[in-house]
Amino acid sequence: MFPSKQTADALVQAANDAEVKGRSLWRDAAIRFRRNRAAVVALCVLGLIAAFALFGQLFAQWSNEEIDWSIMGAIAQKGAPSIANGHYFGADELGRDLYARVVQGTGISIMVGMVGSFVAVMVGTLYGAVAGYSGGRTDNIMMRIVDILMSIPFMFVLILLLVIFGRSITMLFVGIGLISWLDMARIARGQTLSIKNKEFVEAAVATGVSPMRIILRHIVPNLLGIVVVYATLLIPGLIMTESFISFLGLGIQEPQTSLGALISAGAKQMRFGVIWQLLFPLGFFLVTLYAFFFVGDGLRDALDPKDR
Amino acid sequence: MTDPILKVEDLQVTFDVRPRGAWPWTPSLKLHAVGGISFDLNPGECLGVVGESGSGKSTLARAIIGTVPTSGGKIIWQGTDLAGMDERNRRTHRRDVQMIFQDPLAALNPRMTVGQIIAEPLVTHKPDTPKDDVRRMVAEMMERVGLLPNLINRYPHEFSGGQCQRIGIARALILRPKLVICDEPVSALDVSVQAQVVNLLKDLQKDMGLSMIFIAHDLSVVKHISDRIVVMYLGRAMETATSQTLTTRPEHPYSQALIASVPIPDPVLEKARMRPVIQGELPSPLKPPSGCVFRPRCPKVQASCALERPQMLDLGKGHQVACPYHEAHDVLHATA
Amino acid sequence: MSLLRIEDLRVTFQTGDGPVNAVNGVSLDINAGETLAIVGESGSGKSQTAFAVMGLLARNGAATGKALWEGEDLLSMPQKELNKIRSREISMIFQDPMTSLNPYMRISDQMTEVLMLHKGLTKSAAVKEAIGLLDAVKIPDAANRIGMYPHEFSGGMRQRIMIAMSLLCSPRLLIADEPTTALDVTVQAQIMELLGEVRKEFGTAVILITHDLGIVAGFCDRTLVMYGGQIMEEGTTENVFAKASHPYTLGLMKAVPRLDRAQDKLDTIAGEPPDMSRLPKGCPFSPRCDRKLDNCMAEKPALVNFADGRRRACHIDWKEFA
Repeated sequence: MFPSKQTADALVQAANDAEVKGRSLWRDAAIRFRRNRAAVVALCVLGLIAAFALFGQLFAQWSNEEIDWSIMGAIAQKGAPSIANGHYFGADELGRDLYARVVQGTGISIMVGMVGSFVAVMVGTLYGAVAGYSGGRTDNIMMRIVDILMSIPFMFVLILLLVIFGRSITMLFVGIGLISWLDMARIARGQTLSIKNKEFVEAAVATGVSPMRIILRHIVPNLLGIVVVYATLLIPGLIMTESFISFLGLGIQEPQTSLGALISAGAKQMRFGVIWQLLFPLGFFLVTLYAFFFVGDGLRDALDPKDR
Repeated sequence: MTDPILKVEDLQVTFDVRPRGAWPWTPSLKLHAVGGISFDLNPGECLGVVGESGSGKSTLARAIIGTVPTSGGKIIWQGTDLAGMDERNRRTHRRDVQMIFQDPLAALNPRMTVGQIIAEPLVTHKPDTPKDDVRRMVAEMMERVGLLPNLINRYPHEFSGGQCQRIGIARALILRPKLVICDEPVSALDVSVQAQVVNLLKDLQKDMGLSMIFIAHDLSVVKHISDRIVVMYLGRAMETATSQTLTTRPEHPYSQALIASVPIPDPVLEKARMRPVIQGELPSPLKPPSGCVFRPRCPKVQASCALERPQMLDLGKGHQVACPYHEAHDVLHATA
Repeated sequence: MSLLRIEDLRVTFQTGDGPVNAVNGVSLDINAGETLAIVGESGSGKSQTAFAVMGLLARNGAATGKALWEGEDLLSMPQKELNKIRSREISMIFQDPMTSLNPYMRISDQMTEVLMLHKGLTKSAAVKEAIGLLDAVKIPDAANRIGMYPHEFSGGMRQRIMIAMSLLCSPRLLIADEPTTALDVTVQAQIMELLGEVRKEFGTAVILITHDLGIVAGFCDRTLVMYGGQIMEEGTTENVFAKASHPYTLGLMKAVPRLDRAQDKLDTIAGEPPDMSRLPKGCPFSPRCDRKLDNCMAEKPALVNFADGRRRACHIDWKEFA
């Protein structure tokens, strides 16, 4: 494999001197991702938002349930955003600090998105990979189950769940987790079908590698690219779902809140000249969604199989 | 005479194909990918299988390795029929028969390092091997196939096509198998690299005493590496002979047509050559012609060819031909 | 005057990993009715040379130099004029016919469209002419099959249709880029025979781009060997095959297994085809050359005439190859 004896020796020398480390496809993707400015900026914005949700409370002068009696009844006049009285984002209609509430709401919203998407990745990917790899009858049954679950009007079920078991954050997670993996399972199965026919899988089968090992070592790692992209794009969808439920008044329970609940409350108060009650949560909501979309888009470009 | 390591007797592989727009209850069509092939493979021998696309040569390989179910006939590996093998024998069969694939890059998992790829058969069949031993054996094997062992942590996409094929070869040989099936191992490679890989395979075969089945569409390469050649057409064997006999004295009209079609890189010879080009293309394997499958394209076709499938005639010295009107003809050196 | 004359053609692609020099100073001539083979491995720049001439480079590629079609430079020509020449004078066929056939259009529509546009024929006259051409490329039952879609034909038949389509406006130059690589040998023989007949009948000059020395030997008057985006040597096919004057050509010939000879071991060229983004400073072949001299790595050999109709780019004295 060498041009000539000398060059070969030089090569061996150089290789021995420096440990030859492979550049995995993940590292390649990371390099490509870093070239995409919009995605990198969006990632930084997401980082800032996450930091805001995690540590924002430290800077708050009020907690999210405390009522500032001094401005009660005159929110429109005294409750506007101001540094002086400690309500950086103003106050809500009950005189609670909007800053503290936005911090807490952002946290809940992102968490809903993350948990839902985590369930989707874990359950959906494995489920889809197993179905796709097994093929035949197993595949048929497994995918029909997904079809049936999908055909149930999910919003209806979710609302039922929340009504029957009471409105709680756990129920919300359970509900969202139940449905979020369905699409992922379909995507993972589709990809598995194409990976299954690649020669490297055939090589593993011919050697006698066990099916579970093939799924875990050969199929799933090659699925992860698309799974990561889809998971990132799933988060904003889930955040929106949660917001919608909260908007209906079924989501999170007071005094806890989420961006959706805050937007809903802000929208109701709009005509009383307290526009900030809508603008701050809405701003965070939009920026978060856009940031996730941009990151997802950047990931898709970076992990695009065509580039390999 | 030693016992053959592999005996294939009247092997048939049939696939079910669902016609487009068919009702769920309509019976599916039968595609006869391999329709009755028999041959023996002796230890240390290299058998070439040559045929055009759709001739069923890859399916034959997969049936022998056991990844495609057979629908008739027998594959006898070291005296035991593959179909009736118990779990333990099947494991040894999996260990002793390895395969090298056509597309060097596609045959390697892009998410695994070269070391993990080559070690996989070893880890699968001898899971108790200590990590250091695995690493040492992988490094040795890499060196053996002409790769620098310190590239062990690299990923497949960092290698060229020829190097990827060497990785594939290392993976196939790490368990010291008895039989290696090469499915078009060089057809995706550049000419200059192709020669390196062919030489490497030939050396390894000799050094390790491997039996080999070498499948390709390029007769020149097959002839160079094989002791004996089977010519396949539409799932059936047309002719079997030693590579020397097959290229200089082919008996079957299809073998003759195949040889006549192979261009020879010598302008003087090539321009003087008389080459009866056969017309037409491979018929659909879903509706193979009756009798002899080569009949519609055969220059020597007779009325009787359509009636029944021609018998494999033994001409002695391992030369067999499936044509009653066979006649030796040195197509290669025929001049106009 | 030669039909097409390429002077110092260079093609560079801008990629994420820096510029890639695919073609580095190629000059060649082709006369009317002649057949020229461009032989090379992957990455030799043989296809990109043709793409540059046809104005078909990928969007990140740029060509410099000259490609003179009867004295007019194709590279600096306005798009409109280039289109005229591309459709009437030069046509190209590819390895995969499906890339240039529209899968959603009937063969008849694809063929008559061109004829009606460029020759101003009526629909019925165009269909008649198209059927005639399909007959000429030996498509059985052409009159009925012309209404079919591309996917209803086999690979060999599609390539025949491509050849028929490329002949629609009786071009004077046909560029065939690996026309038979995707086909089986028996079909390859049919297609090469067909190309030979077409050439005789229409008097078309042909540039055959291929890696297969075998089909070059049977088809081409002149052969040009490329490596690393440069011409290594050129001459009549008989001359190049019998008296190769470049270590690369020689190595290539010896590396091919031959049906008509018993070879114990193939001679090989060490190493791998070059990485076009990191070509050596000197001769591109020097890292793999087993006869290289001291200055081969540092200094690029010039492509010089050394005998009648023959050129080579190598520092080693050509007499050493005699």
